[in-house]
Formats: sequence, C-alpha cells, structure tokens
Amino acid sequence: MVREFGWKVGGKQGEGIDSTGEIYAIALHRMGYYVFSYRHFMSLIKGGHTNYKIRVADRLIRHHGDDVHVLIAFDQTTIDYNWNDMVDGGVVIFDASAFTATKPSERNVHLFGVPLTDIAKEAGGPIMKNMVAIGVTAAINQFSPDDFIPVVRDKFGRKGQAVVDSNMEALRRGYAYFLEHYNVFFPAPAKPTAPAPDHLYISGNQAVAFGALAGGCRLLAAYPITPATEIMYWVLQYFPKYGGVVIQAEDEIAAVNMAIGANYAGVRAMTSTSGPGFSLMMEALGLAGMSETPLVIVDVQRSGPSTGLPTKTEQSDLNEAVFGTHGEIPRIVLTPRTVEECFLYTAEAFNLAERYQCPVIVLSDLFMGMSFHSVDQLPVSNVSIDRGKLISDEDLARLGRWEYQRYDHTVPDGISPRALPGQRNGRHVALGNEHNGVGIEVEDLETRVNQMAKRARKLLHFNHWSGVTVDGPDRASLALIGFGSTWGVLEEAREVLANEGIEVKHIHFSRVLPFPAEAFRAAMDGVEKGLVVELNSTGQLRHLIQQFAGYHERMDSCLKFNGDPISLREILTRAREVFPTGVLN
Amino acid sequence: MPTLQDFQTERATWCPGCGDFGVLNAMQKAVINLGIEPDDIVVVSGIGCSGKMAQHFGAYGLHSLHGRSLPTAQAVKLANRKLTVFAAGGDGDGFGIGMGHFIHAIRRNIDITYIVMDNHIYGLTTGQASPTSDEGAKTKTSPYGTVEAPIAPLQLALAQNCGFVAQGFSGNIKQLTTLIEKAVLHKGFSFVNVFSPCVTFNKVNTYEFYKSHLVNLDEDPSYDPHDRVQALRRVAEAGNVVVGLIYEDPHRQSFEESLHGYPETPMVHNDLSLGEADYETILASFR
Repeated sequence: MVREFGWKVGGKQGEGIDSTGEIYAIALHRMGYYVFSYRHFMSLIKGGHTNYKIRVADRLIRHHGDDVHVLIAFDQTTIDYNWNDMVDGGVVIFDASAFTATKPSERNVHLFGVPLTDIAKEAGGPIMKNMVAIGVTAAINQFSPDDFIPVVRDKFGRKGQAVVDSNMEALRRGYAYFLEHYNVFFPAPAKPTAPAPDHLYISGNQAVAFGALAGGCRLLAAYPITPATEIMYWVLQYFPKYGGVVIQAEDEIAAVNMAIGANYAGVRAMTSTSGPGFSLMMEALGLAGMSETPLVIVDVQRSGPSTGLPTKTEQSDLNEAVFGTHGEIPRIVLTPRTVEECFLYTAEAFNLAERYQCPVIVLSDLFMGMSFHSVDQLPVSNVSIDRGKLISDEDLARLGRWEYQRYDHTVPDGISPRALPGQRNGRHVALGNEHNGVGIEVEDLETRVNQMAKRARKLLHFNHWSGVTVDGPDRASLALIGFGSTWGVLEEAREVLANEGIEVKHIHFSRVLPFPAEAFRAAMDGVEKGLVVELNSTGQLRHLIQQFAGYHERMDSCLKFNGDPISLREILTRAREVFPTGVLN
Repeated sequence: MPTLQDFQTERATWCPGCGDFGVLNAMQKAVINLGIEPDDIVVVSGIGCSGKMAQHFGAYGLHSLHGRSLPTAQAVKLANRKLTVFAAGGDGDGFGIGMGHFIHAIRRNIDITYIVMDNHIYGLTTGQASPTSDEGAKTKTSPYGTVEAPIAPLQLALAQNCGFVAQGFSGNIKQLTTLIEKAVLHKGFSFVNVFSPCVTFNKVNTYEFYKSHLVNLDEDPSYDPHDRVQALRRVAEAGNVVVGLIYEDPHRQSFEESLHGYPETPMVHNDLSLGEADYETILASFR
C-alpha cells in the first residue's frame, strides 16, 4: 500500500515555483492529506535554482522526506540538481516548450516532455505554466481537476473570476494533455481515515507569530531578515486588531532595545530575528538580564557564521543563545521541537520572561520556520497568561516615598515585584549598571555580590514542563539525541531502526537553559551509546550536555552543516556506523 | 501640583559646575510648570555623564545602553501614551554610537522629547574627542587636534524635517526651561540640543565662550521658526552657535496619530487574552 508520495517542482527563482508548490500543497492538505513542504531557495530574486518539495502522506509527518517520486522541471538544472533524490521508477515531467531534457546518468527514472509553456499560452498566457504543471501532476496522481477549484479560487479570487477561470483552464489542459499522451500513474496514497481534530496547514514562523499573539505580545519590533521576516508579516495582519503595534526598526539593535522599553513599560513585547541580527542584540540581552526586564527574542537560525548561507538552515546559534553577551545573566532558552511547540512555547515565553524577569530566547530555524505542514491541532487551550510579580497600587501606597525597592535583594526567590511607570509611588530606575535596591548605580562590593546572587537565584529552582522528552523503549541502551526542529526526522529514524530490530530511544531537548540535567540523566539511565544529531560543525549540543551532565565517553556526533536540512538517510547511515548493534543486541 | 521637592533624589554625581546640573534643573522646572506628576514621567538615558540623568531626575528611569536611549524611549512611549517620555544623552552617546537612531527617531516621529547634553567631549571616559568636537580640538585622542569635521546636529535634524528643533544653553536656565516646555507640548518627536559645558575636560567650549558668542534667535523679532529653509541658513551662518526655538512644524502627524490600529487607550491596559471567536477566526485561516 502506498503510504506516501514525494513531489517536487523546480526551476529558476522568480518563475513562480513557490506558488506552484503552495497551490498543490494546500489542495492536498484540504483533501485531508498530511503534507510537509520545504522550500529550497537562494539569496537572490531572479535566477538561480529553487525548488519546492512536498511530501504527502496518510499520517502526520514531521519532515519533507528524502525521496522524490515526481519531479516537475522547468529547466535542466532542476533535473541535474535533484537527480539523486529521485526514486527508482520515478517520473520527471519537463517543460518541452523550453528545453529537451537529458538524463544526468543512466537510471531507471523516466523523462516525459510536456509543452507546459505552450499549453499555458493557449490557455491565456505563459505565466500559467505552473498551473499546467499542477494539472499534469493531478493526472499522474489520479485526482480530478475539480479538486483544485477551491484553492485556485482562494489564490486568484481577488483578481477576478476571469483569472480564476483561465488558471483552471490551464490546469485542465495540462491534465488532458498528459492523459492523452502518456499512460503513467503514481496514485496518491489513500486518504487518512480518521478525521483530525483540526487539520491545519501552518509554518513554524506562523506558529511563532500566532503564539506571540496568544501569549499577549502586543509589540513586535524587528528588522527584516531571512528566514524570520514572515513572523513580522503575520503579526502585521493581526496585531492592529488587538491594539498591538509592529515597528520596523532601523536595525536589530534598535529592535531589541524597543522590545526592552515596551516590556519595562508593561507591554509584552518581542523581537524576531536570525543569526546576524541576534549577534547585534548581544549587548541588549545583557541589559535585559541586568535590569531584570522581561524580554522575548525569537531567533530563527540560518547558516552562519557572518552572513553565511542566508537561505539555508542550521542549528549553530545554540552557543550564542546559551552563552552570548558579556558578563553573566540568568536566561531561559527554549528549543521547540514541532510547529505546535513553536506556538505554545512562544506564548509561554512571555510568561517565563515576566515570571523570572529575564530574557527568554526561542530558538527556531529556517527548516522549522519556513516549512509548512499539516498538523492535527494547535494546543490553544494550553495557553495561559501569568504576568509574574507586579506590585499593586495598594501595596505601593502603603510605602513611604522612595521606599519601594525594585531590586530588593533580600527576596528569598530573588524575584522582586515590578512596578510599572505611571503607578503612584513606584518610581525607580531600571539599569544596566550594577545597582542598589531602588536602581541607583553603586559600586560597593557587598551590593555587587548581593545583586549578582539575587539575579542568579531566580532560576535556581526553575521548574517547568519544557525540557526533555523521551520516545522509544525505556530499556534501550542506544539513544538518538537532538534539540529543536530535528525531533520529527529523529523520530522517523528511531522507528526505522526499531523495525530493523535495533532498539533505540530518542531523547530530545525542548529547552536547553536552564539545562534540564535531572530529566536528562533519568533519560540516559541504561544508555551506553548516545548519538547527538545536530546541524552545526562543532557539536554544540554535545558539548553542552557534557558540560552540564557529563557522559563524555558515551557520546558520539552526527553533524551536518552544508545548509540543507538533515535527511533520514544521513541519520540512519551514521547511526548504523556508531551503534554497535551486533555487540549490544 | 508637583513641586521641586517631589523630584528630589540623592545629590547628583556630576562635577561641581557641570552644565548637566542646569539641564536637570531646566527639565524639572519645565515638567513642574506643565503640572506633570513625576510618576507619569520616564527618563530614558544612554551612557556617559549625561546618562546619569535617568537617576538624578527623580521620575521613573531607564538607564539604557550606550547610544540606545532613543529606541528604548520610543517603545516606552508607544507602550503607554499617557506618559511623558524623555530620552536624554550626550553628544557621544547620541551623535556617535547612537547616531543612526537619531535620524530614524525623527523619521518615525513618536511623541517623545530628546535632550542632548552637548559638551563637545567625552567626559566620563576622561576627555576624548567627540563627534561634535571642533575641528582642531586637542584632546587625549587627538593630541595634534581633531581632523574630523564636527557633526551639525541642528542641520541634520532640519534636513530630515524634524517637527521640533531647539537649542539651549545650560547657562540660561530660564530660556532652556521654556524650550523644554515647548518641546514636551509638541506632538511628535522634539529635539533640544543643549550646550552643556564640561568644566573638567573642555577648556574651550566654556560658559564664557557661549556667553560671548551665542546668537539668541528667540530675541530676534525677524526670525520665523516656522521657516525651515531660513532656519537652516541662520544655523549655518552662525556656525551652529545659536540658541532658541529653531524650528517647529505644529502640523506634522505623529507616528501614534498615523499608525493603523494604534489604540487611543494606553497599550499597557490592553486585554491580553484571546476569546474563542478570535481563535476560531485565526485557526480557520490555517485550514
């Protein structure tokens, strides 16, 4: 039984590849399938190779899969670039109006020419070659062209019925042409039988943005940067309806300081960025820590260092999130594993920031942020709002003038209540200098030590449901270990290994700071070999584990840093090398 | 009505005779004259001698990072539009490390007042050249005299069509108080540059120097502070050594007035929770 199907469309950037993929993906999602889409693109506007991969399945899937069954190629580069991902017996549809395709190597992969551009011209214009391609795929997948009407209407309805009609016409012509000339089918998998509680198609960036709104964030200050800008787009749609504000700052330094200013004044605020912007925010991160001002930063990581690969994924900002900024501050670093967690953790980040009065960093990445996929539901009912310790007007009124101690270091848990500007009798100065209780800078030795201890104490007894998850059998002596966005592909790897008789557990971090050492040690019980899978070149998570929990001799690494997301195959290959299956099982 | 007593804090740590005392005094008098309660004021400062303003002023304060008072202050204002918000800094803070924010704060036009204590020197770090140091100024980092041309703050602000531009002098607190009052009343971003002599590290741009050289435009009946081109010319002719209300455009729309969806009530009072209908609408957009 076919359970999944890999489809890819590729061509030059600026040719409408994204919208082709988007229309096909949304149509399949609405038919009830589970879809995962990954966009491969380059840091330029026109030209260069781009492709849009869609994996379709009858069950929830967490990555875009390694295999391509059907490839739509608008140029030879697309065929060359993706040739090795084609399955045996796979099908390439190429635009015969534009070029004559050749096989890069002799393989059992079939090339079928369809004059996509010419058919589009007949239907009304060459721009609709993408719709012709969708029609061809619909024929191969044995869908009906009518299945696509709602999506085409959504996509083009604003431009008028004529545009909708001509796009559908192009789609129908592609469909008819293929049936007429070729007798090749790749039936889509059977539709899932059990209805999902709520079948949603959403990206990590959208989930983060929605989570921010749900978590009470009402001010986003950000500077455009791939792959984080979509967070801005989403909140721009919704914040104004809820009395919120989006500021396009002049740079990331301004953005993060704006977020600090708004939080100081009592409005939940955040900034969203990627590596280069995150680096610019390091000094302000320290200000938030020192002045005990809540702050939420979302870092949608991309390949570094410096400008790096702006349109490619990586998990290499972990060290910076955990250690970045001079001096020492308390902070929380969340690493959501799924889009559902992108939503919930971002919402929760605002509670944590206000409860502990410190910066909270949410680490996503390009793969998580820009990929869209079908999920069963979002945990909206799990969202709550906890503003942390805010001193009441009544409590302030009972105090004498200048008696309110914003930074009272004698508070047992280290968390002294905040007063917000405008409150009577709550005046104080929030500051990055070392300070006394009311926020006047002082340099005496005792105050320094007391205030450092106060800030550090806030997270000593940190207790939260985020942390470490364990999947697979408790007794397994082998473990796959990861953080953040790789959870889905690691789960698949674990399942494949289990089917091969290799018992593996999967330990995954959804928070790395405060480091969940106790939970991790419990998960490691009985584990003799751990393979830490991460998308960076130096094994940042592995080193973090070794620093906070040990297990030096039991850890090995599976690293990837070429810019592409890690594939199932790569994990399996490395796991089979590292796990001494013959000996242990 | 608030009095000076209400603003009293610990004794300021500036050097005796520092121009910043005058600025502090004028800022406090201005808000007292306007009847603004100290609990409704936030002073956001940067780093440097001027940065101490947040602590000495006696209202709510946010002593931010070097050069970053402006972005921080703008967001404080957006978060609670009922507050009177000052950004305060020096010439190094504002025209060196923080210069980018200055131009963009003018563009954005959020209703805050920016006070720069311009002493042409880095004081707290004990006497290095600043962005407004006169060409040829001998300092610890320019022993043979600076070779860089000084920043022209007023002309920059005017060129960017800042809605309120004034320049004052710490030695004339009465005039400075009036200028700050007007700046606070101005709807939108207002900029007051103040010659605030450093008595310890700058022996050139002294009280005496300003007293004998300053051209006071407020005393010139022919001067029209609503004529931007004339303002640019007069400031240039005087080599920036002018005081008074340089320019005001009372009609320029502020960010708050222009921004789609910006609420009338302070954002800080927003209801943060989403209702079931809100969730339903948003979730439907993902189906």
